[in-house]
Amino acid sequence: MEYTEKLQNVSVLGAAGKMGSGILLLTAVEMADLSLKPENKGKHFVLHAMDVSGEALQGLMKYIKTQVQKMAEKKIVALRNLYAHRADLVTNEQVINQYTEDVLLIIRPTQILESTYDSQVIFEAVKEDPDLKVLIFKHINENSRTTPWFCTNTSSIPINLIDEKAGLNGRVLGVHFYNPPAVQKLVEIIKTENTQPELTDFAHTFAKNLRKVIVPSADFAGFIGNGHFMRDALHGIREAESLAQKYSFTEAVYMINKVSHDYLIRPMGIFQLIDYVGIDVCSYIMSVMNPYLEQEELHSSLLEALLADGVRGGQNPDGSQKDGFLKYEKGKPVGVYNTRTKTYQDISEIKDRCDTELGSPPLSVKPWKAVVSDSNKDQFLKAYFKEMKTVNTLGSELALKYVRQSRETGLKLVSDKVAFSREDVNTVLRTGFFHAYGPINEYI
Amino acid sequence: MIAGYNTISMGTGRKEFHPKKPRPDLEDYIREAGQAVLSQIGGADKVDESVFGNFIASRFNNQGNLPGFAPFIDERLRYKPSVRVEGACATGSLALVTGIRSILAGTSEVTLVLGVEVQNSVKAVYGADILAAAGWAKERKSGHAYFFPGKFSDRSKAYAEKFGTEKTRSAMARWYANAIENARLCPTAQEYHNTTQDLIACGIDKPNPKGFVDSLNYYDCSKVSDGASAIAVVSEEGLKKCGIDKKDAIEVIGFGQAQDDITRPPADPTKLSTTQVAVQNALKASGITKEQVGTVECHDCFTIAGIMAVEAIGLAQHGKGIDFVSQGHTSRNGSVPFNTTGGLIGWGHPTGATGVHQAVTIWEQLTGKAIDAQIDIKDDKPYGLTINMGGDDISVVSVVYKKAN
Repeated sequence: MEYTEKLQNVSVLGAAGKMGSGILLLTAVEMADLSLKPENKGKHFVLHAMDVSGEALQGLMKYIKTQVQKMAEKKIVALRNLYAHRADLVTNEQVINQYTEDVLLIIRPTQILESTYDSQVIFEAVKEDPDLKVLIFKHINENSRTTPWFCTNTSSIPINLIDEKAGLNGRVLGVHFYNPPAVQKLVEIIKTENTQPELTDFAHTFAKNLRKVIVPSADFAGFIGNGHFMRDALHGIREAESLAQKYSFTEAVYMINKVSHDYLIRPMGIFQLIDYVGIDVCSYIMSVMNPYLEQEELHSSLLEALLADGVRGGQNPDGSQKDGFLKYEKGKPVGVYNTRTKTYQDISEIKDRCDTELGSPPLSVKPWKAVVSDSNKDQFLKAYFKEMKTVNTLGSELALKYVRQSRETGLKLVSDKVAFSREDVNTVLRTGFFHAYGPINEYI
Repeated sequence: MIAGYNTISMGTGRKEFHPKKPRPDLEDYIREAGQAVLSQIGGADKVDESVFGNFIASRFNNQGNLPGFAPFIDERLRYKPSVRVEGACATGSLALVTGIRSILAGTSEVTLVLGVEVQNSVKAVYGADILAAAGWAKERKSGHAYFFPGKFSDRSKAYAEKFGTEKTRSAMARWYANAIENARLCPTAQEYHNTTQDLIACGIDKPNPKGFVDSLNYYDCSKVSDGASAIAVVSEEGLKKCGIDKKDAIEVIGFGQAQDDITRPPADPTKLSTTQVAVQNALKASGITKEQVGTVECHDCFTIAGIMAVEAIGLAQHGKGIDFVSQGHTSRNGSVPFNTTGGLIGWGHPTGATGVHQAVTIWEQLTGKAIDAQIDIKDDKPYGLTINMGGDDISVVSVVYKKAN
C-alpha cells in the first residue's frame, strides 16, 4: 500500500505524553503536508490523538497549536507556494493561520481506544511497560477493521518480544524518537527478523520526510541509545559511590556530575541527565534490559533507594525539571540529594572544596556549546585530551577513566552486534544525546 | 537645520536587545528624541509647529493620530499645530520636506521634525506583511513572503545577470563590510557591538532561497529597528530665536522630490530611475554638481540598493557602480564616503525615522559633531547629499546640505 494511503488514518497512543506529543506533532505536520499536495486533493486524513487523560489532551492541543505556528513561521516561503491557489490567503499571517488550522483539523483527541480501529498505522508512546504495550497492541490488532502497522517508541523492550506476545506477525517496528522528538534529530529504527519490509520502508520514508537522522539498531534490549546510556549512568553511579568512601555522598555526586559535564565537554552531567530522563524511567529501563544480558548486571540499588524516598526526577507538565539527584532552580542544579538526611544540600556549601579537590580542568577546556559549533572540533578535542593526560589532577583522572569506559561501552555494542557499525554508535551519541564527539574515538 | 538627535537603533545586534524582554515603546522614543532637540534649542516655547514622520504605527503598535504626541513631548506644545506625514520608507524625508516648505512659506520659524518607528513589536515574518504596505497591496499575493527582500532580490538578480554575478556579489559584500565598519564608530548604531572579524566572508554568504530569497543573504538587508530621530528646521529668524550659532547649523541648499506609480513595476530593474530624477532635481535646485558632494547618506535598504544609488547619483556609470564600491570609493576613506554611521544596514532602519536620521548624520558630519565617526569634509566638496526612498523606488526625496555660514 502506498505511503500516502497508509498515512490517511493514523493513531498515536499516549499522545499527550512527553514523547507522544512530539510524535503527534511531527506526524500531524507530515500528514497535513501530504493532504495539501494537489494530487491528494479530496483525500481525507485523520490522526487520532489517544490518551487516557482528558486534561492532558486539552493541554496537548494548546501545545500542538503553538508548535505548528512556530513551524509554519519558519517555512513560510514554502507555505506561500503551497497555498498559492488560495486567493483569499494574502498575508503571511493568513497563510500561517490557515496552515495551523489545517494541521489541527487532522487531529482528533480521544480517550477511547476504539477510535484507533480504523487506523493503518499506530504509533505507540505509552509507559515503558512490556505487558502494557503488548496488551494494547493485542487488543487493537484483534479489534481493528484494518491490518495495522505498529510503530513502538520503546527505548528498551525487544521488538520481537512484543511481536510474538501480541501476535502481530511482523507488523511491528521499533521507531525510537529521542526526547523531545520535535527537536532531536535522531530516530533509531529497529526491525526484527519478521518485520515486514514494507513497514521498514515506510518508516524510513516517514523519518526521512521528518528530516531525521536514521540509525538502524539490532533488536536487542536497550538498542544503541540506552545500551550506552544505561552503562554510562551506572559507571557514573559506581564512581560516585566509590568517591563517597572518601568524601560525603553529596560531594561525590557533585564531583562526578561536574567531571562528566565540564571535563568531558558534554551538554550536561550524568546525574543531571539521569534526572532529565527520570530516575524511575532509568531504573525501569535497566530492569527491562537486565534479563537479556549475560555476565552483566544492569542494576543500581542507589536508584531504587532514591525512588523509595520519592525522589524521581523527570519533568513537570510545563517542561520544567523536577528534583532528582540534584535540586533545580530555573533549570540549573543548585543542590544535591543527601540519602542519609533525605534533604538537599546546597551546592554552594560544597562547591569550593570539591572544585579544589578535583583540581583545575585542562587549560584548553571550552564549554560544550562552543565545541559543538566549532568546525575544527576534532583538532581541538585531540589537543584537549592530550593535555588532559598530562594534567595530574583527580578531575582529569576521573574524566579519562570515564572516557575510556564510554569507549568500551560503545565498542561492546558493536561487538555484541547491537550496533551495525562504530559510526552508528557515534551518530546516536552525537545526535541523540548531543555529545560533541562520539564515544568511539582515538582521543586518548 | 539644528539640534539633531538620534536614539539608539534598537533590535538584533544590540547587546541590550532581547525579543522577549520589555523595552522602550513608541512613546518612549518620541519623548527621548523630541526632548533632546527641545533642550538644545532652549525649550518648547521656541517651537511653532511639529511634523511627525511615521510609516505605520497603526499596525506595528496599534497607534494612530501621532500628532497627539507633540504635547506628550512637552506640554508647551499643546494647541500648537502638528501633523504626521507618510510615504513608506521615505517618510522621514517627507517630514523634513514638509517642515522645510512651512519655513519657506513663512508659516513657521521653528519646526520640530521627528521620525519614529517601533517594529520589533511583531516577529519578522509578520513584520514583512506590515512593511509590504509600502508596495501595491494588490501585489502582495503574488509577492514573496518577505516582500521587499523579494523585490530587491529580483533587482539584484537582474543586475548580476547583466553585469556579472561574482563582481556584483563581491561589491555587495564590500558594501556590507563598509556599513558595519562605520556602525562600529557610532554608539547609537544597531551594529555598534558587531565584532565579526571577517565581514567580507559574511557578505559573500550564499543566499538561501528555501528559507529566504533567491539573490540576497541576511547581510544584504537593512535591520528591523526601533528608534527615533529628530531635528529642528528653522528659518534665519528661527535660528536667532533659538540662540544657536551658525557654525552649529546646516543649511538646506535644495531638495528634489520625485514620485512614481506604485501600481507599475520598474521599467528597468537594474536602475533606480525615480531616485535618479530626485537626485538630479536636488542637485539642480542647489546649483551644484555631483563632484562637489563630500558625503552621501543613501537609502541602502539592501546592499544592491546602495550600489544602484551610486549609479543614480551619476558617480559611476550604469553597471560600473560595483567597481566604484569594490574599489573603496564609498568607504569612509574613499573619494565620497557613504553612510558614515552605517546607513540602514549598519546603523539601522526604523522606517519612519530613517530620513531624519540621514539629516542628523549629515548635520553631525558638516558641523564636526560626529565624534569617532567624523570624516574630513574638504573645502572643494562641502556638500552633503541624502537619498531617502519609499517602496521600490516609488517615493523619493533627495536633499543637499551645506554647513551654514
